[in-house]
Amino acid sequence: MAAVVFTVVLPVCNTLPAGSPLAISNFTLNLFGKFLTYAILALGLDLLWGYAGVLSLGHGVFFGLGAYAMGMHLMLEIGSKSVYQSVLPDFMVWNQVTALPLFWKPFQSTAFTLAAVVLVPGLFGLAFGYLAFRSRIRGVYFSIITQALALSAWLVFNRNEMNLGGTNGLADFKTVFGFPLNRPGTQRGLYVVTALTLVAAYLLCRWITLTRAGKVIVAIRDSETRVLFSGYSPAAYKLFVFVVSAVLAGLAGALYAPQVGIITPAKIGVLPSIEMVVWVAAGGRGTLYGAVLGAFGVNWIQSWLTTSYPDFWLLFLGGLFMGAVLFFPDGIVGALGRLSGRARRMMTRRGDRASRDTARLSRATHVMGRPQGSDK
Amino acid sequence: MSYRSPVLLSLVVWLAAGAAGHAAAASAPSPEVAGALADLTGDDADRREAAVTVLGQTQDPKWRQFLGALRDGSVYARTRAGKTELVLGGTKATRGDQDVIEITGAYDRRPLGTVPLTELKEVAADRRLRLAIKPFLDADETQAQLADPDPAVRRGAAVKLGNQAAAGAAPVVEEALKKEGDRWVRHALAEALALIHLAHGTAAPRAAAAEALGTLHSESAVPALQRLAADTGASPAEREAAVHAIRRIERWGLLTRTVETVFQGASLGSILLLMALGLAVVFGLMGVINMAHGELMALGAYATFVVQNWFRAAWPAHFDAYFLVALPVSFLVAAAVGLVLERGVIRFLYGRPLETLLLTWGASLIIQQGLRLWFGAANVDVSSPSWLSGGVPVMVGLTLPYNRVFIIGLATVSVAAMYWLLFRTSAGLRIRAVTQNRAMSSCLGVRAGVVDATTFAFGAGLAGLAGCALTQIGNVGPSLGQNYIVDSFMVVVTGGVGKLAGTILASAGLGGLTKGIEPALGAVFGKVAILVGVILFLQRRPAGLFATRGRNAEA
Repeated sequence: MAAVVFTVVLPVCNTLPAGSPLAISNFTLNLFGKFLTYAILALGLDLLWGYAGVLSLGHGVFFGLGAYAMGMHLMLEIGSKSVYQSVLPDFMVWNQVTALPLFWKPFQSTAFTLAAVVLVPGLFGLAFGYLAFRSRIRGVYFSIITQALALSAWLVFNRNEMNLGGTNGLADFKTVFGFPLNRPGTQRGLYVVTALTLVAAYLLCRWITLTRAGKVIVAIRDSETRVLFSGYSPAAYKLFVFVVSAVLAGLAGALYAPQVGIITPAKIGVLPSIEMVVWVAAGGRGTLYGAVLGAFGVNWIQSWLTTSYPDFWLLFLGGLFMGAVLFFPDGIVGALGRLSGRARRMMTRRGDRASRDTARLSRATHVMGRPQGSDK
Repeated sequence: MSYRSPVLLSLVVWLAAGAAGHAAAASAPSPEVAGALADLTGDDADRREAAVTVLGQTQDPKWRQFLGALRDGSVYARTRAGKTELVLGGTKATRGDQDVIEITGAYDRRPLGTVPLTELKEVAADRRLRLAIKPFLDADETQAQLADPDPAVRRGAAVKLGNQAAAGAAPVVEEALKKEGDRWVRHALAEALALIHLAHGTAAPRAAAAEALGTLHSESAVPALQRLAADTGASPAEREAAVHAIRRIERWGLLTRTVETVFQGASLGSILLLMALGLAVVFGLMGVINMAHGELMALGAYATFVVQNWFRAAWPAHFDAYFLVALPVSFLVAAAVGLVLERGVIRFLYGRPLETLLLTWGASLIIQQGLRLWFGAANVDVSSPSWLSGGVPVMVGLTLPYNRVFIIGLATVSVAAMYWLLFRTSAGLRIRAVTQNRAMSSCLGVRAGVVDATTFAFGAGLAGLAGCALTQIGNVGPSLGQNYIVDSFMVVVTGGVGKLAGTILASAGLGGLTKGIEPALGAVFGKVAILVGVILFLQRRPAGLFATRGRNAEA
């Protein structure tokens, strides 16, 4: 139902004249489009963290890889319509780069770009994940390593020598695959593509969790050692999930770049990467729609707070982290579920002890992310 | 040492000859000087500038003073009986309806009475002339600094004179060298003397000066020596001496750079160690990844800032002592916040490392923003106490800053204290017991909660201490912690959990490695290389340098 609202109803409302009560402004639609890209990323992150129990603090890197791959194509599409009327992107003119660097050249092709959006984050995730999971780096160790990855990527993308625009990133896109970006129709089209991608990503993740592999993945979260001793290779499953989530992050980035119109290293660093985690945590990890809800909700609050009370956004974010961990370990979705469960029990007036205990036990197990026995 | 003497001796002889010449010039204005004075009153800018140079090069202090007066606009031209002469203006006064001024002779300062201002014409010094005058006056000032009571000032003056290599400075340097007692100032003076010599001497003293510079390992002489070595007009002996000296200096440079890199590595390693110690203990004991560790450091740094301001307001006389007070204060502030954090929230999450990671990250954001709201987003200024500024010169071309030495010392003391605490006290015994087997320790009557709380507070206090130390070498701002936190986590991951030796080894290794590859790759790619290195290292040792083995290995 929600999918229909987002993919069909909102764009239709956008076409309504401004005076109509149901009309949605271009700005709002664009904002929602951005949230939807975040939701795609959150899905992948949830699959990785909520289901496989692997917490990555470096997903901004994969998001950035996708966004930069797309951004590079869009930069080349500007052509000589840029400020300096050079076929080279403006920042290269500033940096006195005279010829297009070799790694930029293939991005002139649309097909290559579309492939790169998936393959670059995917392959990078594969290489990194292979090294990490093969040596059984897990738990907080993995998180810390990914955080260091985010920091290094941020440092590298900030350098002008990389020919990726340095601190200013890539911006001032004019057209996407020939459609001018300043036309509402193009933005609406991008929005619909994003919404459809989100639906597809949701279905993919849902399908993965329902397969046998999905069961193994959850089992890895709950007790990796037991899965290992049962003859499975946890590393291979984790690597698979990691790559899927990296690709989803890359796709999200690729859809983000044309809609927001700019991609800078500030989207890659440590803070944005960990913010992505809080979307999932606040929404409810282990439930796919929770991740979508979290990405949407947290970012909505952010765009409201950063404009109205800029000083309090970080305080709120910090509070959200602590609150989500302490009071809503399974996020909004879990809290709502618990509320409705309580309400249902009130209705039937059968608050017998046994069912309450079962509920409490199941909640505790869920909170831990694994049975208590394996905890240190 | 012994073969340096002939060089100095030859310098003295040469200088004596030069000094005699100057004395002769001073007794009566030479035609050159007279011409220069005439030019000064003219309008030709080039000739006026040349005139200043002539006067400055007389090396006569009285002409120098004259140039000073010229710069300040108190030189006047007076035409009497068809002859123009220059005078210095003194106090101005108003007599009746006339402005009058006391004047003195330009060179000898003979009083010439008080004359109406209208009789005089000011010899204006425009910007170009002032620029021409400046080096001569600066040279005077520098030479005066050679008698400064502070050895550092004397040394700086000597280095400056050597770089200027003005022939006239030689007698002053020579004089200073005779009186100088400080080893490093003597070295700088000898170097300056040789440099002057190299620039102005004849063949034999030049060769001797080149030789001397080689012996003195003078890095700043290399360009001059290279010029000499390439100078086809110079004698073979000179050129050979220059080449020899260059080789010698370069070898020495390699040595000092190596020592410096090792020292910088040790210093960075100490910083990492100070930060990682608290982190490692807390992680080892409770499996808690404290993402707020960096912010606890920032709290320590801000506590130092507050103590500093307090001292500045209350006891400005004892300002230097503020740092000694700030050390324990920053420890206590951070420890108190750590205690609140542990008792308030973290204790509900033991055994769930990923949750504590997110929780402490949230706490870190709140602390960070709190600091920003309270102290402002800009960096605050923490000044070093005087006993931490400056440095100790250990060898020619290498001075170790006191603040870095202090940090290495502080890290050493902290590690020693940590070992003593963990292995020599009953509290340490309890900490180790809980680390090894929480459940069993509880059964045997160890109050695990108390141990957790005190250890966490202790780890937080160490972070505060590290923050206090960091104020001496870096900027203090709300995001201070962010800049270091990832690095200190890398140390903990590389070192492995629960063993202090791992943390020490990893911080020394990462610190040294970073400084070692930084010159080749630059700071950014150096950091990336370190990350790649750590990931590859973890391929071989997934649980760090010192992994916990056996049953407890499953974390």
